[in-house]
Formats: sequence, C-alpha cells, structure tokens
Amino acid sequence: MCPDPTPSPDLKFRLPGRKLAGIAVSALLAVAAGTASAGEFERVGPVTHAATLKECGECHMAFQPGLLPAPSWTRIMDGLQDHFGETASLPADTAAAIRQYLTQAAGSGDGRLIRITEQRWWLRKHDFEPSIWTRKAVGAKSNCEACHRTAAQGSYEDD
Amino acid sequence: MKPMIVLAAAAVLGTGVALAASGDPERARILDGYAAQAKAQLPAFAGFSAERGQALFLGPHAGGKLAETPACASCHTRDPAATGRHYKTGRDIPPMAVSANPKRFTDPAEVEKRFERDCVNVLGRACTAREKGDFITFLSNR
Ligand code: HEC
Repeated sequence: MCPDPTPSPDLKFRLPGRKLAGIAVSALLAVAAGTASAGEFERVGPVTHAATLKECGECHMAFQPGLLPAPSWTRIMDGLQDHFGETASLPADTAAAIRQYLTQAAGSGDGRLIRITEQRWWLRKHDFEPSIWTRKAVGAKSNCEACHRTAAQGSYEDD
Repeated sequence: MKPMIVLAAAAVLGTGVALAASGDPERARILDGYAAQAKAQLPAFAGFSAERGQALFLGPHAGGKLAETPACASCHTRDPAATGRHYKTGRDIPPMAVSANPKRFTDPAEVEKRFERDCVNVLGRACTAREKGDFITFLSNR
C-alpha cells in the first residue's frame, strides 16, 4: 500500500525494486503486529457528533476522539487561531460543543503532543521510508484514508 | 418534450424566471447584505464585479499566513467548476462554481465562517464586504 502487499496502482512504490521494499515493510509490520500491542488502535469508535464531522471534516478527515488523549484535544481546541499554521477559527458555541465531544470520548496517549502522528503508538505502526509521505496520493501523514480506506469509519485495517 | 416540462415547471413555480436570473433567494440575500455593508464602507461602491472576484480567486497574493496558499485557487483549484483539493491534506473540496454546485453560498453562517478563515490564511487579513460580494458574483456566473 502505502506499505501494502496488494496496492492499488496509484499507491505503488515507484522506486526500482519497489516489490522488495514493499515486502520488507510488510514483513516488519507483520512482526510488529504479532508482538507488542497488536491492534491497539486498529479500531476506534467512529465520530458520532455531527458538528465535529462537519467542521473538522471540511479540511481533513474528522479524526476520531479516541486517537488523542483529552489534554491534547483541549490544546487543539484552545489553539484554533493557529491550527498547525492556519487559522481554523469557529463560532464559540460550535467550538465548545466540539471540545466537549472530543474530550469526553478521548483516548489515551501523551497529552503534551497535539499531533496524532507524533504519538508513540502511531510512530511504532508507521515506521516507513519517509518518501511515502510525499507521494502524490498520500501527500501528508494526516491523510489516513490514502492507505486506510475505511479510516473515516474508525477502522484502520491495512486495506 | 423536455422544453415543455421546463416551461411547465417554470410556470408552476412562478418565480422560476426571476430565480434563474438572480440565483437562489438565500444567495441573493447574502449578496444584498454584503452590498449594504460595502455601500456603508465605500461611498463610491457601484456594484460587485466578477472580474475583481476572479482576480481575488486566482491571486497570487502576498502576505498570507502560508507560503503554500497564495490564492483561493490553491485549494479551490484554478477551474472553479472542478473539484478542489486541500493543499495540505489532499481532502476533496466540492466545486465552488454555482453552476457545478448549486448549494454554494446559500448558508450565511457557513459563508461567513469560511471567509473569515480563508481570507486571513491567504491574504493575511479579513476580506472586505466588497471582496466577498465580488467573489460570490464571480462564482455565481461560473
Ligand atoms: C487551505 C485551503 C483553502 C484555501 C486556500 C481557500 N479555501 Fe475556501 N474553503 C476551503 C474549504 C475546505 C472549504 C469548506 C468546504 C466546502 O465548502 O466545500 C471552503 C469553503 C469556502 C467558502 C464557503 C462556500 C459556501 O458555499 O459556503 C467560501 C466563501 C470560501 N471558501 C472562500 C475562500 C476565499 C475567498 C479564498 C481565498 C481568499 C479561499 N476560500 C481559499 C478551503 C480553502
């Protein structure tokens, strides 16, 4: 895929020897999944709050509340004026409702980090060649759906 | 057959012809609101301009918060009838042209929320009422 043994054509490695690279990564993944905390985050509760789905979902997949601990969501909602470099301001009542939903359904992790992609569990599962992230079909680490086709439903199987 | 149905529908709706000219009534109301504000701010205001709206849309502008988005077109694409793509996340953005997406500019709160955000990100400042009206006028003609 992204590191998938049966990639869709637009997501294939374009490097020479890409098959080997793909197999190597898959093997690593298999080992990682077989040990440690297998499947810890392969399913998370889907987003069930309409305003969260709409407002977060305009610019990126609405990330499930379980992907970050409550302190991280609080920091994110405190910082919408500078949301990873952009203004993402919302009307106060909408922001309050979203904050309430995200923090009450939050998961666990390092509350000092606001990027899902810097959480330890995430890094453990995404130890790939950096060139993966800049491929056109992927574009950014935050684009879960490029590789996890059903990510928006909270299901992070390696499809 | 088809023209007959359209004519009949227009007759039944009554307002069909006026709506076709001015567009959706909610969009017309949003534009009227911006026109009133523009008049209050600029005594010389003489109506919105699709050309100015196009220039705003296509940019490039300096002074925005992000080097990657010097224009509205950076996410909404240069062809407003096409599906856009968020410059960073790759998320699809439905077309901005009203012809391709008739629901555009019909929810005042949504329109204001996005202007507030997108103008600051691209221009480094809020859009004026005239710019907002120009932008919608340009895209309503598309
Ligand atoms: C960083 C990407 C990005 C840039 C750059 C951008 N927009 Fe947007 N814009 C969006 C997204 C995402 C939406 C919400 C999704 C949608 O309405 O389809 C949106 C929606 C809008 C809407 C709401 C339309 C409606 O029908 O409610 C307006 C108005 C708007 N943008 C204006 C602008 C203007 C003006 C600029 C340039 C000054 C601009 N945008 C630049 C991403 C962007």
